[in-house]
Amino acid sequence: MENNAFYVALSLLLDFDASLFQIVALSLQVSLLAVLIAAVLGFPLGAAVALWRFPGRGIMIVVLNALMGLPPVVAGLIVYLLLSRAGPLGEWGFLFTPGAMVVAQVVLVLPILAALSRQKVEELMVEYHEQFVSLGMSRARMMPTLLWDARFALLTILLAGFGRASAEVGAVMMVGGNIDGVTRVMTTAIVLETGKGNLPLALGLGIVLLALVMLINAGAYLVGELTRRRTG
Amino acid sequence: MTLFNVPLLASAALMSPPALRFNGVAFSEQGKALLGPCSFNLEGTGPTLVMGPNGAGKSLLLRLAHGLLSPTQGRVSWSIEGRPRQAMVFQHPILLRRSAVANLIHALAVNNVPRKTRAKLAFDALERFGLAASSDTPARVLSGGEQQRLALARAWVLSPQVLFLDEPTSALDPAAIKAVEAAVREFHQRGTRIVMTTHDLHQARRLAGDVLFLSGGKVREHTPAEAFFNRPVSREAQAFIAGELVE
Repeated sequence: MENNAFYVALSLLLDFDASLFQIVALSLQVSLLAVLIAAVLGFPLGAAVALWRFPGRGIMIVVLNALMGLPPVVAGLIVYLLLSRAGPLGEWGFLFTPGAMVVAQVVLVLPILAALSRQKVEELMVEYHEQFVSLGMSRARMMPTLLWDARFALLTILLAGFGRASAEVGAVMMVGGNIDGVTRVMTTAIVLETGKGNLPLALGLGIVLLALVMLINAGAYLVGELTRRRTG
Repeated sequence: MTLFNVPLLASAALMSPPALRFNGVAFSEQGKALLGPCSFNLEGTGPTLVMGPNGAGKSLLLRLAHGLLSPTQGRVSWSIEGRPRQAMVFQHPILLRRSAVANLIHALAVNNVPRKTRAKLAFDALERFGLAASSDTPARVLSGGEQQRLALARAWVLSPQVLFLDEPTSALDPAAIKAVEAAVREFHQRGTRIVMTTHDLHQARRLAGDVLFLSGGKVREHTPAEAFFNRPVSREAQAFIAGELVE
């Protein structure tokens, strides 16, 4: 019984295991903050690339699309080099802190949010263009209107970004260091426990992670459905 | 837009609508001439109905006049300095993915109408066009007729000096057509210059003050409605009114 992963997962939850809750809380904090920052930067970036014509736009779209598949360890390595003592941002003393993990996940999530929102905004723009010009709107004024009207698609895109952030292990491992009580998150804990051969605990953690992701998705789905019914 | 601070009806009644002038305007795409060159002056009280067979360039002419497209030759100009306040109602209304009232408030916000007055103006316009009960309904689940009335209400809140309508009733049933025509008359009474395309002769007879007749990308005649329907001059217009197939 003690070796059953579901039993372990359940007892971890029911015992209010303090270290587990710390790990879960840190995972959520890091990933949600990363997605939030990436959204604030990425959605306007995506909309801007959709709206304006500038030299190098085609290259930028290709790069954004390609970066959606950026391997987490590569993102981790880049952020590691930037933040390491000898790196350009070494003075911040950010390496091996939750802050560094947020930075790494922003690097991973930003291209997803920017590339997918660009596609969606461009689609909407085809439909709205004549009306916008008729209303005398500048491109800068079109941006908030388009982002708001794309809100249901953006919510789904946001979830895709959150999925990427909460599931990845390479980047947070490299820049966080998996320090117990400081930078240990669900995914790095699972890697560690698997390495130690503590498979039931690893699997239990995995189940908790999965349940959390599902909960967040269900919440977002409900919010989306309710507002969709209200505003169409 | 300081004119929004003046009571709407008063401001419209004080001045006659700005006249629209096409001076040798032509439009071509990829070397293919689609319209013109054409020259005319819309300065009467209208409403001006732009008529002609499909592909004559009616929609193109409206888009050039409204500034959605730039002519490849010639000049579009107005009798007043600068660009008059203007709006356009399309054959298929382009509505935002928001409630009916939010669509109007957005149009007002874009035109820098003070925040405090937006909701009142929006609700008044919805009421005027019989949409008060649907103010919170998502615009895109309204019926076709209601959507077109909402597009007219959106134009109304902007109190345009010129209103362009591109085949606004061609996708609607008779009851909805009646409502749209009533709305067009209301705009006209408010002193708005109406420029509207239609291929429906009956509708043109009901609404037209003057007729601009196009065929093959050229203006064939521009005459008062009464003269156009009873004594058309051009061979093309004669054939069109007689119900022949005109190219």
